[in-house]
Amino acid sequence: MPAELTQFDFSPIWLSLKLASITTVLLLLLATPVAWWLDRSEHRLKSMIAALVTLPLVLPPSVLGFYLLLMLGPNGPIGSFSQQIGLGSLAFSFKGLVIASVIYSFPFAVQPIQNAFEAMGKKPLEAAATLGASPFDRFFTISLPMIRPGLVTAAVLGFAHTIGEFGVILMIGGNIPGETKVLSVAIYEHVESMEFQQAHILSGGMVLFSFIVLFTLYSINGKTRRLH
Amino acid sequence: MNKTISASFNLQRDQFTLNAEFTAPMSGVTALFGSSGSGKTTVLRCLAGLEKQASGFLKVGDKVWQDEHHFVPTHKRPIGYVFQESNLFEHLSITENLTYGMKRTPVESRRIDFNEAVELLGIKAFLARKPAQLSGGQRQRVAIARALLTSPQLLLMDEPLASLDLEGKADILPYLERLHDELKLPIIYVSHAPDEVVRIADRMVLMKQGEVLAQGDINELLTRTDLPLAHLEEACAVVSGKVVKHNKEFHLSYLALSGGTVAVSYKDLPIGHSVRVRILARDVSLALNPVEGTSITNVFPVRICAIDSTKDPAKKLITLGMGGDKIIATITALSTSLLNIEVDKIMYAQVKSVALMR
Repeated sequence: MPAELTQFDFSPIWLSLKLASITTVLLLLLATPVAWWLDRSEHRLKSMIAALVTLPLVLPPSVLGFYLLLMLGPNGPIGSFSQQIGLGSLAFSFKGLVIASVIYSFPFAVQPIQNAFEAMGKKPLEAAATLGASPFDRFFTISLPMIRPGLVTAAVLGFAHTIGEFGVILMIGGNIPGETKVLSVAIYEHVESMEFQQAHILSGGMVLFSFIVLFTLYSINGKTRRLH
Repeated sequence: MNKTISASFNLQRDQFTLNAEFTAPMSGVTALFGSSGSGKTTVLRCLAGLEKQASGFLKVGDKVWQDEHHFVPTHKRPIGYVFQESNLFEHLSITENLTYGMKRTPVESRRIDFNEAVELLGIKAFLARKPAQLSGGQRQRVAIARALLTSPQLLLMDEPLASLDLEGKADILPYLERLHDELKLPIIYVSHAPDEVVRIADRMVLMKQGEVLAQGDINELLTRTDLPLAHLEEACAVVSGKVVKHNKEFHLSYLALSGGTVAVSYKDLPIGHSVRVRILARDVSLALNPVEGTSITNVFPVRICAIDSTKDPAKKLITLGMGGDKIIATITALSTSLLNIEVDKIMYAQVKSVALMR
């Protein structure tokens, strides 16, 4: 093995995986109730909330990153609050990246879950109610299993989108090794420093990884679809 | 204990107003009958508590399920609900579908056994399958069994046969009749098909444009000439009776009705078995004397109760008293005049065919 590879810094890979995993879990927990509300509610604020949730999809990452930087920074409302409760400033920290990633990938998680709720409709829930299931019971025994394909899609999209995130991270995370220097930023840095071999290793690995993830997803989805 | 269901519902929607008030006994089958858009499904949903916007009153037996202050949520009402399109849980197997409601019924209130319901509806062969692998009729049978397994105090059925083809209907109707006969369970049955209602209902609530037009005993409503039912092409009367004799040689069964005995095609039923027959108005003709030398075997003395006009000026609708029952006959205006048919006259009704409904 060439000398430069033995010293090769793999930490951006682990950091990216850690960030994407935490983000995915948070996305599923937050996007599911929002998607449910957007599907069921007839509230007058529904269109506004729907637009707000979709906003990160259309905004350039730099715009999102800029406002997040202001909000999460020591003088921003969220940053100063986190400092007050002893969490420190959120800008240029891993916690900040998690918050930014959740916001940035939110529409990618909400959309498939909302579609799944829509496809399910209210009929199975009404049937479950007539069979004696309480609302809580219905959610866990009917809704969750029935929207599972939507949850899987949301998780994969959220995960992949977070791994591939670059602009927002650069704006609010910077390039601190082990804290905010994720894969995409590391690749950028290697290229900037003309370290093409390192850039190749990380980029090639990412292409392979992304392909495997998507391939697995499509195989699983194809199978469940045939079953139904 | 109070043995009735009293209901009164109000609901305002964009194009539709529901304003329905009716009572039904806590036994037998009550049909909610009307054309589509008359609000019968909405009434059924109100009974189940699925229409949360509906205001009104609902008392089942001694328990109030809904009034201004109370609204018992759907999952706390002891009902079984059979949806028009079975509405099975696609992600669960047939067995899991069947036990879903049963598991949520307290053990002490379970009255219907799993095997009993499976047997009653003939679904044993596909317990391990998924709903997607069943035909429409099979799915509907599973849906009925699933509802029964909650041991409901009231079974609500929303056109359970509407989504089925003729074969599927023929498949399910006998099971519905067994439900009626074998389980002492009040059923509210929504339908717009007169033949279904005539076969299984004991009472009827007739709906039109969100309101109750009339309610009462099925035969009373079928034969009331001021209601649309008696003016249908397939207008009929249903009369109850008992099997009294079989004639194996000519393949006939004799049924005693309150007004006389009728012969129908042989059916393997025990002597004394309660039956219901349908007599179509167009199959009844009237004669002044008991006629000899006719192929029609079913002839009864009747009293003319009323003579009404129909949409067709050539025809009259005659209400006949036959023992304690009422039947109706469509007779030409010409015959009415020639035979000098008038109220209280005693005549002989010849019935060309009598259908044994159950």
